Amino acid sequence: MSKPNVTRVKQTSGSTSISSLLYSQKIAPYVFVLPFIISFSVFFAYPVVSAFIMSFQEIVPGSSKFIGFDNYKELWNPTFFKAIKNSTVYTALTLLLLIPIPLVLAAFLNSKVMIFKNFFRSTLFIPALTSVVVAGTIFRLAFGELDGSLMNTFITALGLEKQRWLGDRWLGLMTLLILACWRWMGINMLYFMAGLQNISKEVYESAEIDGANTWKKFTNITVPLLKPITIYVFTISIYGGYAMFTESYMLWSGNRSPKDIGLTMVGYLYRSGWEQNNLGLGAAVGIVLLAITFIITFVQLNLFGLFKKEE
Amino acid sequence: MKTAEETKWSLNRVLLLLLFTALAIFALFPIITLAIASFKPAQELLRNGLNLSLDKELLTLSNYTNLFSPKENYVTWYKNSVLITFTFTVLCLLLSSMVGYALAVYKFRFRNFLFVLVLIIMAVPLEIIMLPMYKLAISFHLINNMWGVILPFVVAPLPIFFFRQYAGGLPRDFLDAARVDGCTEYGIFFKIMMPLMAPAFSSMAILQALASWNNFLWPLIVLNSTNKLTIPIGLSTLLTPYGNNYKILIAGSVFAIIPVLIVFVFFQKYFIEGMTAGGVKG
Repeated sequence: MSKPNVTRVKQTSGSTSISSLLYSQKIAPYVFVLPFIISFSVFFAYPVVSAFIMSFQEIVPGSSKFIGFDNYKELWNPTFFKAIKNSTVYTALTLLLLIPIPLVLAAFLNSKVMIFKNFFRSTLFIPALTSVVVAGTIFRLAFGELDGSLMNTFITALGLEKQRWLGDRWLGLMTLLILACWRWMGINMLYFMAGLQNISKEVYESAEIDGANTWKKFTNITVPLLKPITIYVFTISIYGGYAMFTESYMLWSGNRSPKDIGLTMVGYLYRSGWEQNNLGLGAAVGIVLLAITFIITFVQLNLFGLFKKEE
Repeated sequence: MKTAEETKWSLNRVLLLLLFTALAIFALFPIITLAIASFKPAQELLRNGLNLSLDKELLTLSNYTNLFSPKENYVTWYKNSVLITFTFTVLCLLLSSMVGYALAVYKFRFRNFLFVLVLIIMAVPLEIIMLPMYKLAISFHLINNMWGVILPFVVAPLPIFFFRQYAGGLPRDFLDAARVDGCTEYGIFFKIMMPLMAPAFSSMAILQALASWNNFLWPLIVLNSTNKLTIPIGLSTLLTPYGNNYKILIAGSVFAIIPVLIVFVFFQKYFIEGMTAGGVKG
């Protein structure tokens, strides 16, 4: 009976004024994305370009001059190679540990047999809540060289010799890896679990009818269907591996590991840029880091065949 | 036959339970040892390292009382951290949700271009731009200033991406209905779409607040006077090659985890949704 009380927009004669233009559907999206455009230009595009330029400069307070490839030539030294090697070995090993194991664990946790799923999912996630500073403090103490420190108590109880964990290249790397596993295992497992939620149960049921066993189902259904998630986890792990700095900074109190066993690429960047105040050299480290991560990500996405697909 | 099947299942079940219990212990163990250590005098840590002994003689609350004594800076760091985390999270959600929403809802020039930029930023290690950013921060007078910590990363790619995904899934009918009702584009966003995106806001709020609370490298670069530091930076200054201030460090670390753990216990669902959001890219 009664008409719906719809108030229409009055098209006033002032619709060409600036304020109504600002309110129009044409302009509104640009207003919405304005913060991104500003922040992108000031805090991303400009610094990237500037890092590139700086890497060809010698920068002293107050002035800077172009010196061609000298910074890059200076990077051709054993310490930097060590940093690249450390970062690469660390990244490779984290990929090796932190992709297959969480994937299998996620499949276990998702299986019908498993109980207390939510409890385990939450508990394994808790390490991710701690800051690297706190986590580093704990591991630094637990892997300390004192007789009474946790790891030494543990291995002497097993009848082994006590160790200087953070004084040895391989034991130091192992400590970094245990720390990485501790903080990331739960998260990566969670990613894979999220992926598993999207696989319909029917696929598994029809495979069961065809007589597939658990292993067959895992290799023929779970792994291939989790591919998008796996690519994602791979990509962020490469990023995380090469960007690693704080862990090492905390374990060896500020970038000063014996014989640089814990020096990473970002550690080298930090050392040259801030500790030695050589901004040009630091910028060059950044560009090399960028190049390495770009190449690896590109190769990895190619291997996964991501570029073959359309889209 | 059925019983055989059941016993086989239960063996698997027991094995899985054992495996995951071991993993859960591995996950919680370091935090528990830290908590125990926080009740022991610093000298004990220096002598015997981090260990699990619960010798009653040793246990004391002095680390915690010391944490709040006026001669320590911990309370100041805590305040700084709370203020920075809060401001960062509010601004980040507001600005990033606007961008994500626009990318999902409007068709406009540069839309795809902007989205590609978001993806690129997600893939570039921000460490490479720390030096020019540092120079920038100096010229903007942002050194030792909480805005210096907040501003550069406040429009963050991950939340933009997440809000775009979320807004894309909302019904468009609301938009047209609201326009007919005379609502402006901004009114639509703030009054209609924002409430509809509440779940996205919760999970991103938790995730961004966590990231900000635990952020290290950039605040380490921007902040350097003792009373301006955040908790992670402050704690890291207590570890030096010449000796470590365990009194503050251990109890301070425990106190830094507590708010996060409390939030986690209450908002687990949103934590987990937020974490997995990035991975589920249809």
